[in-house]
Amino acid sequence: MSRKAVITGLGVRAPGGVGTKAFWDLISSGRTATRIISSFDPSQFRSRIAAEIDFDAELEGFTAEQVDRLDRVVLLALASAKDALADSGLTVADLVPERTAVSMGSAVGCTIGLDTEYARVSENGQHWLVKHELAVDHLFEYLVPTPLAAEVAWAVGAEGPAAVISTGCTSGLDAVGYGADLIREGSADVMLAGASDAPISPITVACFDAIRATSPDNDRAETASRPFDRTRNGFVLGEGAAVFVLEELEHARRRGAHIYAEIAGFAARSNAYHMTGLRPDGREMAEAIRSAMDQARVVGEDIDYINAHGSGTKQNDLHETTAFKRSLGDLAYRIPVSSIKSMIGHSLGAIGSIELAACALAMEHGVVPPTANLHEKDPACDLDYVPLTAREQRTDTVLSVGSGFGGFQSAVVLARPARDER
Amino acid sequence: MSGGAQDQRPVVTGLGVVAPNGVGVKEFWAATLDGRSGIDWIRRFDASGYPVRIGGEVLDFVPKEHIPSRLLPQTDRMTQHALTAAGWALQDAGADPATLDEYEMGVVTASSAGGFEFGQRELQKLWGQGAEFVSAYQSFAWFYAVNTGQISIRHGMRGHSSVLVTEQAGGLDAVAHGRRLLRRGAVRFMVTGGFDASLCPWGLVAQIPHTHLSRRDDPERGYLPFDADACGYVAGEGGAILILEDRHAARRRGAGQEYGEVAGYAATFDPPPGSVRGPALARAIRGALDDAGMNPGEIDVVFADASGVPELDAVEAAAIAEVFGPRSVPVTAPKTMTGRLYSGGAALDAATALLAMRDGVIPATTGTTNVASGYDIDLVIGQARETPVRAALVVARGCGGFNSALVLRHTD
Repeated sequence: MSRKAVITGLGVRAPGGVGTKAFWDLISSGRTATRIISSFDPSQFRSRIAAEIDFDAELEGFTAEQVDRLDRVVLLALASAKDALADSGLTVADLVPERTAVSMGSAVGCTIGLDTEYARVSENGQHWLVKHELAVDHLFEYLVPTPLAAEVAWAVGAEGPAAVISTGCTSGLDAVGYGADLIREGSADVMLAGASDAPISPITVACFDAIRATSPDNDRAETASRPFDRTRNGFVLGEGAAVFVLEELEHARRRGAHIYAEIAGFAARSNAYHMTGLRPDGREMAEAIRSAMDQARVVGEDIDYINAHGSGTKQNDLHETTAFKRSLGDLAYRIPVSSIKSMIGHSLGAIGSIELAACALAMEHGVVPPTANLHEKDPACDLDYVPLTAREQRTDTVLSVGSGFGGFQSAVVLARPARDER
Repeated sequence: MSGGAQDQRPVVTGLGVVAPNGVGVKEFWAATLDGRSGIDWIRRFDASGYPVRIGGEVLDFVPKEHIPSRLLPQTDRMTQHALTAAGWALQDAGADPATLDEYEMGVVTASSAGGFEFGQRELQKLWGQGAEFVSAYQSFAWFYAVNTGQISIRHGMRGHSSVLVTEQAGGLDAVAHGRRLLRRGAVRFMVTGGFDASLCPWGLVAQIPHTHLSRRDDPERGYLPFDADACGYVAGEGGAILILEDRHAARRRGAGQEYGEVAGYAATFDPPPGSVRGPALARAIRGALDDAGMNPGEIDVVFADASGVPELDAVEAAAIAEVFGPRSVPVTAPKTMTGRLYSGGAALDAATALLAMRDGVIPATTGTTNVASGYDIDLVIGQARETPVRAALVVARGCGGFNSALVLRHTD
């Protein structure tokens, strides 16, 4: 019998409240967590908005040493990983180290640490020959963001394969897909898989300003993220993490674990077109969707909900709408599609995992989260985007997609595992 | 997709190399066999004020000779190296991507630091001049995924792709993930490997606090893995690209050569520092051999990770001796001629191992002359050793506890 990978635990740190319950409360209510940036003075930037987490590392139980040494991206991941393990009902003592593995996604790693420390060693950009005597001891851990996987592995005692997957804004889907691969091929029985990004830093804000990718609606920050709306004008930067306990299906069943969903299909394609641009025809994303559905052995009629990438840029939302039609035909008009980036912004590599958490919770609660701030659909975006208000409906099979700089297009299908398939 | 996972045998059909001691496979391999090192005083910038002044710079690479002028201002050196090596590897494989199915070609690369020099320039503009001076290219020239993205665009490769960040282990993890995707039928043609090039002032300063970096002010004696006088490693830049394809598909399209099969792989992670549980490196080596269905006795050479940090050299020597028996297999680390290339390092080691198999010669671990007592390994020092190489094991460790091992095997 072929091995299957299922989600048996999840942990989330997203803007708008600490933990999974606060996350679900926010995204099922249609409230938004976007606001004027508070972690530094954003006055020189075109876009001054972000979805920030009010993250209190001390309250989360991190030591002063950890807070000093570890970048925020690692702390968010660790907090989520601990929640995920607790949620799964497993303890560290239950895990067989050699059979436990880690795959963590991140688009930009320790950006805050690098930005801050660069300013220090260059004395605010004064020197090309930056000053080594001003460097902090743990600077190397920012240079190469492997602590994201290493710290999670140490926290749970994992000694199987560990990796950071970094495919830009599809990292969060790709890291979970990678984890599911390792379970299916037999390299691990339990995976801590997910993603984290903490990109809200001057350099990130500046580079998205430079290509006008982010929304400049500084006077109405709470409604700045408007995917699929006629008036949308860019995405809103976010931060966060989501980590899952993935488990081999029989391993989970033997211990009577609660199963949220099976990672039933995962596929990735590249548009091979442009590092930041998308062709309006959506063909590579459509191809990823078809391939993920084939793997999951589901057809369009089975899909109850699509969690869109829905970043709120002009080109993304069109690209994606076309991709859904291309892959699902007329069914695309009947399947509810929504973007939670309307509420929690776009946390780059992390968002794919956070969106998968939203999908698992939608299946759990029988509720599809809405697209907030969608008052007037773009005429070219003519699907059912679940505007403003969550919708109660039985949700058994979900498609989640992502699209990223570099041309990456990924699709994941979550489904309820079949009962007695032997 | 036709072709079941079971009969997929991923073989390497093309190589592309950019290394401090040779740009191009031919130049690199000649230098490596001759024992010519690329480690020297850092020349690209004035390093005289830093406690680390030596490195493995790629100085013979003129970007405009290899990269379209349109791409020059939007790419970091590491991406220029990767794009160039990918082009050479495709040429070496005799493969024209335009004639292959776009969705059956993928790109999996490893990166440890992204386009870091590019990042330094933009950070300087941001902090020194203001946000409006930051380049529009910064949004994609620095991040870890840039090489996979640029290679896929340049060659129209639209199949399953990915990017791994596991420091020095990344080069093997990328090749292994390429193999995984081939074996499960997701793709038929894979561009894999790794590159890094963080030798700029900001990149060097970010490495200097790392206690593993050698501070010895001597290009000849700075990096001496397994030597009684070992003092850490020297950082270098560059890497390698390997073309990986299903053997049958490669033969059908008339590929020029098969360097070897990627026959086995395993990865493990070490317990936290201070744990009573020992390092997991030997388990990775055994796992890779098991995966290949091979006994230790069938391996003709081990390309070592060769950290150069005495404690880590001791762990590796012990793991090799434990799996293979004391002094039972030749061990080598030609990376003494390039420095450690981070994600490029293990990819380059895999390429070097395949060249060793092709030519029946094991390059030497230059520099190291006096293997520390207690290391029960047969380290190839002095000069290259001529001997048939039917199968090789490549070991790589990423800082923090990442262990990977890859088995390469002759296909005939």
